[in-house]
Amino acid sequence: MTQTFVLLTVLAYLSSMGLYIRFLYTGKEVTGRFATLLLFLGLGAHYLALLFRARAMHSVPYHDLQGSMSLFGWLLAVTYLCLEIYHRQRTVGAFVMPVILAFFFTAYLMPDHPGTPTQAHGVVFALHVTLSILAYAAFALSCVLSVMYLAEGRLLRIRRLGEVVWRLPPLELLERMSHTSVLVGLITIAVGTALGFLAVDRLPGHSSYSDPKYIVTLVVLVLYAIYLQLARSATWRGARASMLCVFNFVLVMLSFTVVNLYFSQHHRYF
Amino acid sequence: MEIVLVGLNFRTAPVEVRERVSFSTEQAQRASEELRAQGILEETLVLSTCNRSEVYGVHQSANRESANALSSFLSSFHCVQPDKLNPSLYHHYDHDAVRHLFRVSAGLESMLLGEAEILGQVRQAYMRAQEHHVTGPVLNRLFQAALEIGKRVRAETELGTRPMGVASAGMKLAERIFGKLNDRSALVLGAGTISEQVISQLRDRNIGRLYLTNRSREKAEEFAQQYNGKVLEWGEWESSLKLPDIIVSAVGVQETLLTKALIERAMSARGNKALFLMDLGMPRNIEPAVASLYNAYLYTIDDLTEIVQQNRSARQSEVPKAEALVEEHVGKFISWQASVELIGVLDTLRSSLKQRRARFLQEKLAGTNHFTAEDQQQIGAMMDEMIEKLLISPAERLRAEKEHRKKVQNVEALRDLYLSDREKP
Repeated sequence: MTQTFVLLTVLAYLSSMGLYIRFLYTGKEVTGRFATLLLFLGLGAHYLALLFRARAMHSVPYHDLQGSMSLFGWLLAVTYLCLEIYHRQRTVGAFVMPVILAFFFTAYLMPDHPGTPTQAHGVVFALHVTLSILAYAAFALSCVLSVMYLAEGRLLRIRRLGEVVWRLPPLELLERMSHTSVLVGLITIAVGTALGFLAVDRLPGHSSYSDPKYIVTLVVLVLYAIYLQLARSATWRGARASMLCVFNFVLVMLSFTVVNLYFSQHHRYF
Repeated sequence: MEIVLVGLNFRTAPVEVRERVSFSTEQAQRASEELRAQGILEETLVLSTCNRSEVYGVHQSANRESANALSSFLSSFHCVQPDKLNPSLYHHYDHDAVRHLFRVSAGLESMLLGEAEILGQVRQAYMRAQEHHVTGPVLNRLFQAALEIGKRVRAETELGTRPMGVASAGMKLAERIFGKLNDRSALVLGAGTISEQVISQLRDRNIGRLYLTNRSREKAEEFAQQYNGKVLEWGEWESSLKLPDIIVSAVGVQETLLTKALIERAMSARGNKALFLMDLGMPRNIEPAVASLYNAYLYTIDDLTEIVQQNRSARQSEVPKAEALVEEHVGKFISWQASVELIGVLDTLRSSLKQRRARFLQEKLAGTNHFTAEDQQQIGAMMDEMIEKLLISPAERLRAEKEHRKKVQNVEALRDLYLSDREKP
């Protein structure tokens, strides 16, 4: 059953990406609507793939690296869809879909990596993990938006205006979308981290707070807060702030992969 | 009922002729009423813009005679000698007239290929003609179809998406940075023709605040009054430059007006928010080094002209797509026309057959006296029923015909075979 839904998800996401790219080039509203519809269907299939996989493993999706990468992709797609509906801006889809697909393929194509049983359980722990991954997804989205900002700004500066530039969102809208995304990420990571400490407190005989993941998360939190502050300042607004946003996300990815896999004792896969 | 079109445009007539044959709203109404009153046309519509004056009409048989009558009317209405006017006029009949209007509405016949204004002008002309009750079923259908094709071409092709003028290209670029301009401010330096074009583009986009400055304050005030702007003192750059998000300069001066240092200070005063600058002056009014300032986007007349050139060739490549859409709608219109004509032909045929039946019965029953009046009425009713049955099958087959060309041919054949010239609708 999981394989069927994985296949359906791939089909829906790939078709959606194709249509988003087509929309970017043609600007046809109907193409954009189909792209959104397929993304919506892909989200449904992806959710069922995650659900059946978790049931088959008698565990939560974030128990292993594959599951948490897949959940990351799903939450990124959800965040993007919300942003698309809120800002009524579909052209970003062509740039976000490859990232969603990259996470999805990485999750399902990477060799099996047996998960380490985690001591924490329960609703608080589940919320901690889900909110943290949602924050990463929001940061991923802000990174994509910042890359788009840098690329469009550059094309406008060097006056190379091809087919696509006329359909990209205005620079200031990209900036606003990125800020919204980072704000969502900051709130969710703050709440998620607080819930994490709460979950650790509830563990019997556990009192260690020396996990390197805590330090990296704190650094991420501070850097994104700095980004939000600098993005409104005279010296940093625009391209410089966007570059900082991209840099911050590189750190997030390091935290999500290298720190989780090789340094953290309690955050092996999320 | 056939369509006739007589008109002239920027390709066939110089501006001196075009301005003499152009119609004001009141003239268009009067001309339409006179054309109908004189029996030249049964339905009329006048489309008059700065680049074209066209009279569309419907007549029982649109041919050279009706077109000549329309040409003579135009020359007398505008008091232009026929020998001066006629060489500039073009005549189109029926399908060609339909195709021409659809091409006009699609922007394919415009001086600026794909421009959007013409669709609004067609809509206005149609609405005015409707208000004055000078159109009828054929022109109503024709102009509704023309508006539909105009919208489709703009929605489904790239013909109208890219700016074609320097001023509109600049505004589109500003929208790439700021999005909608209704909460933005702009400063225009100069009060010449180019400045006016830019101001008009800014007003079309509902610019939030419009500032104007010019060496001659009177001219700037004239523009400010016309376009609802505010005049700033010429030369007081420190205070004026920190206000706008968009600066457009189109002044004929030999020295650089806005230096890098000036703009840098203005940027700093406005918190380094993005600033869009259009230098339309020759020689340039803004120091080229401004382009290197952080968050400043500078475009010169050459940059914008290059963009317009690129857009022009991109629009040209969209023409076949737009033409295919036009042909699709011409086909639909012809098909509609044929189905309307079919009803007319069948009605005429039915009444003709009934008249013949009445004459036939009258002749055959004249010498007999064994049929009562009731019997004669019954025979008549039976023959009428037979006529209906004979007509049902070809009518259904004609209606079911999907290919409009064949449908038209069949209607024509029916008309030629069964109706005398006098009876043809």
